[in-house]
Amino acid sequence: MPESVRNFATHFFVTGDPMIYGADAAITLVSLGIVFTLTYFKKWKWLWSEWLTSVDHKKIAIMYLISAILMLFRGGADALLMRTQLAVPNNSFLTAEHYDQIFTTHGTIMIIFMAMPFIFAMFNAVVPLQIGARDVAFPYLNAVSFWLFFFGAMLFNLSFVIGGSPDAGWTSYPPLAGLQFDPGPGENYYLVAVSISGIGSIATGINFMATILKMRAPGMTLMKMPLFTWSVLASCVVILFAFPALTVALALLLIDRIAGAHFFTMLAGGNPMQFINLFWIWGHPEVYIVILPAFGIYSEVVATFSSKKIFGYKSMVASLMAIAVIGYLTWAHHFFTMGASAGVNVFFSISTMCVAIPTGVKVFNWLLTMFRGRIRMTMPLLWTLAFIPNFAIGGATGVWLAGAPADYQFHNSYFLIAHFHQTLIGGVVYGMLAGMYYWWPKMFGFKLKDRFGHWAFWFFNIGFYVCFTPQYILGLMGMQRRMYTYGANMGWTSLNFVSTVGAFLMGIGFLFIAAQIVHSLFNMERDVTGDIWNGRTLEWSLPSPAPHYNFAVIPTVSERDAWWEMKKAGNTSDLLPNAKEIRPIHMPKSSGVPFLMGVAFFVLGFGVVFNWWVIAIVGFVGVVACLIGRSLEEHPDYYVPVDEVVHTEAALGRL
Amino acid sequence: MSTVPAKAPAPETHQGGFPWSHVAGYLLSLVLTIGAFALVFHAKLSFHETLFVILFLAVLQILVQLLFFMHVTERHGPSYHMMMFGLAMFFVFVIVGASIWIMSFGSMVS
Repeated sequence: MPESVRNFATHFFVTGDPMIYGADAAITLVSLGIVFTLTYFKKWKWLWSEWLTSVDHKKIAIMYLISAILMLFRGGADALLMRTQLAVPNNSFLTAEHYDQIFTTHGTIMIIFMAMPFIFAMFNAVVPLQIGARDVAFPYLNAVSFWLFFFGAMLFNLSFVIGGSPDAGWTSYPPLAGLQFDPGPGENYYLVAVSISGIGSIATGINFMATILKMRAPGMTLMKMPLFTWSVLASCVVILFAFPALTVALALLLIDRIAGAHFFTMLAGGNPMQFINLFWIWGHPEVYIVILPAFGIYSEVVATFSSKKIFGYKSMVASLMAIAVIGYLTWAHHFFTMGASAGVNVFFSISTMCVAIPTGVKVFNWLLTMFRGRIRMTMPLLWTLAFIPNFAIGGATGVWLAGAPADYQFHNSYFLIAHFHQTLIGGVVYGMLAGMYYWWPKMFGFKLKDRFGHWAFWFFNIGFYVCFTPQYILGLMGMQRRMYTYGANMGWTSLNFVSTVGAFLMGIGFLFIAAQIVHSLFNMERDVTGDIWNGRTLEWSLPSPAPHYNFAVIPTVSERDAWWEMKKAGNTSDLLPNAKEIRPIHMPKSSGVPFLMGVAFFVLGFGVVFNWWVIAIVGFVGVVACLIGRSLEEHPDYYVPVDEVVHTEAALGRL
Repeated sequence: MSTVPAKAPAPETHQGGFPWSHVAGYLLSLVLTIGAFALVFHAKLSFHETLFVILFLAVLQILVQLLFFMHVTERHGPSYHMMMFGLAMFFVFVIVGASIWIMSFGSMVS
């Protein structure tokens, strides 16, 4: 092999670590396995026409959900590697550089490629059904959003085996993330991949905002909307106004890195702290983007399984909106120690503490909804109940951190790590799992069996406290985040070991969830009623899964909790379609362009990461071609004929 | 799945005719942009005067974009877009104002 080729190959492929070679082999084997299975069962055409080209929000929801669970697995594996390294002092399981890469990919994947698709899975699965719409406002854009997210995630994960992973933390602060201290493609992967999926996120925000504001069923005024829909609206408002700040921050840093600009290099007149400022203008609202839909899910679950209407609906709506706006005004609490003036720190301390007020209102409303309710202890409610003490602790430690003087002590310590894991796992992940269990029958047409679910719940929940409670103490003892090892004389050994045990318990919990899904697939308990939980909102008036046009006849709503009120009044048959009322249904056509656009963005991104401009230009031309192709499409829509609707509804026993 | 050919949706605004307002908006936005460049490169104003004038031109530019291209005056039903625009303006002022406040470090550093 000529020297130049060998030199190229050793820089292009990540080499030298047996774990990476193992991963290389696993990736190759899994890819071959997928290709073989699809070919053997002749499923390529099915995959393309039913899934990859689909603009149906229900299918996009399933694809988001699968991606989110896969990314949860990868992010979780990163976490276990880190905890293994930290289990004992002076450990050499991972080198410092490898550890840096792993905490960077763990954070980025969990926030951008796990939490975001998980909430988008819930948006897509539920919102149109809940408001009585046939799809989202812009179904094609919805598919574009998904594929941009998907190929962004693929590009980011590629860094693992090709070129090397980013290693400047998920926050990617310059100067460390600048070209001088971090040459090579790793950091570019982070900047480009997160930017690409960020475009998709902004589009999703716009899409669902338009859907909720413009496509509600007749009679459903804003104050009659289900709370989950309200929470999605609040989340979308924050997405729309926060994500552009991230786009700007990442673009400026990318220009610094690939075009030699100096936005963030001090000696050439730039200011690295401006990146930190811009990053958190997005970064703090981002945590509200992911927690607000979780709050919406808890509201639905608590009301359904207490067989009561939600306590304090109006205060719930007001607190969602208050969190969305106040949450926007707190970002500087991430860098109290930067040295801004005392006035700045005081303002952001107080605004941060203010967020606790509407959040507290919500917690009390959930508790009072359950008070004297007829409670059914199901999987979704179990996760919701576990969330409440978890979030109370996470919220309380958050208020501690909000005090600027105290933050000088807590800043970047394991106390902070424990706090945000408590809110992001205890709040967001528990919420998304509750939502997954709750709407799984609606998405897939069968229920997840409880068999392994309880094991998953208890392993994950106990593991959580075992993992993170010691980290609060470690933080107070002075252990800083992102340390790859520590000395035996620090006195941190036993707490770290306990924390690692907890992390593995959570890992076992995750495996039980996977086992539960597999078990339920093979022992299917079909949902034949469409209303398996005795639900309250419109999605439960439809069969599970809903036909592709959702509603044969758009329902008219007169009350909050429309479906529940109809069941109480005994007039649910009003929602069943009448053959005479059925009209041709206007629907969007499937399109392969969003997928191809994702591929083109991937190629463009890959070229930019390695500064290989020919590849980048090829990708860019592909993106432009997709845009032009879409603009020239004359008939992106069609009408489902009455016969077909009548046939489908009759087969579902609804006519 | 058989399909019925879709009818093209009837345009609700700007029916037929030459899109004069778009051309006017395009020309206005070009003039405002070139004006700002010309001021910076050729006019002999002080730094603060330049800053003031180009900021003023930028505000005009926003109005041109909103009126000629983004149809800010059109609406069907409640004007959600104006509420959102109001919120956006609030956030813009907060971001810019607070960023200046934060990044000036109480004038101790810079």
